[in-house]
Amino acid sequence: MAASITKGDVQVGLALPTLTIEVTARTVVMGASASRDWQPQHHDHAHAMAAQGNDIFLNTPNQAGFIQRYLTDWTGPRGRLGKLRFRMGRSICVGHTLTFDATVTALATDDTGCCWADLSVVLKADGEVATTALARIAIPADDGDNPWAREGDAWQPSALGDVTPPTS
Amino acid sequence: MTDGATVTETELPPEVAAWVGRSLDAGVGDVGCERGYVLHWLEAVEDANPLYWDDAVADELTGGRTAPPTMLSVWMRPLMFKPDGWTPTPDAPAPDEAIRPLEIHFRLKDALDLPDGVVSWNELEFHTPVRPGDTISTTQSVRNISTLKTTRLGTGRFWQIDVTYTNQRGEVVGVETYNMFGYQRKAA
Repeated sequence: MAASITKGDVQVGLALPTLTIEVTARTVVMGASASRDWQPQHHDHAHAMAAQGNDIFLNTPNQAGFIQRYLTDWTGPRGRLGKLRFRMGRSICVGHTLTFDATVTALATDDTGCCWADLSVVLKADGEVATTALARIAIPADDGDNPWAREGDAWQPSALGDVTPPTS
Repeated sequence: MTDGATVTETELPPEVAAWVGRSLDAGVGDVGCERGYVLHWLEAVEDANPLYWDDAVADELTGGRTAPPTMLSVWMRPLMFKPDGWTPTPDAPAPDEAIRPLEIHFRLKDALDLPDGVVSWNELEFHTPVRPGDTISTTQSVRNISTLKTTRLGTGRFWQIDVTYTNQRGEVVGVETYNMFGYQRKAA
């Protein structure tokens, strides 16, 4: 079986290793292209400077893609994202050093037997908070479990209610 | 443009209130799921997940290749050029019959005379995986509209729009929820 973490490897409060990305023009433009988003603020430097006074910046779906990648780097291929809620504040622009950090805020098993980890994720641009996210990802209960095999009523990413926000 | 009268109305105009729960069919997306787009997405976020690169892992876990779940909105964005049709640029308003991504959001802003809008937060919920060969349709609906509120941006209303994505077999592949704030700017 493809290697993945299982429920026994995870505790509330566990912090994921930091991921660092140096944001270049290619990062932003490729992210916009890959998500088919041709709004000018994601590829046109002059437009972005005139409209907002900063360089082109990462678009919404590209940020979702990076967050997903960050989480599944940790879980391995059997991790299956169920929900992702995020709020974008500061723009993440060309030249920024982008970091990702996350902490497990809850662990639960729903009525169907699916194990879920809730995580609070923070994206910082040059050390300042830019985007915050709450994620719920299904992880295998044990080495024989595969969340991707769940379908129909056995896959309920909302059964436990809203994703748990961090306590602090 | 506006005399500001609408922002002193706390009642939602009945014709707008009637939109809540109704849905708008935005049809089949211009671009169906295919392997090349999945690779482009993976290179953009430098995602090495073997689920998308190693067919043996994909066969074992997902019964074949899938697209990363967060690619959802890729399957509804319109082509920027079509040989026989309208090209959606910011300067060219959509013809009356065109359904833009988040069309219902723009219609709400117009109906409530709230010219500015920001996304407060987004939520994505993922269901049946999308696979190469799938074609994806979307419907948009208004879940709720708030009373008038004043924030540091101005006075307006929050609303939630759900975009439901279904595949060619009618299975829900995901739901995207946008929490929007439509507002009139504070007088300078």
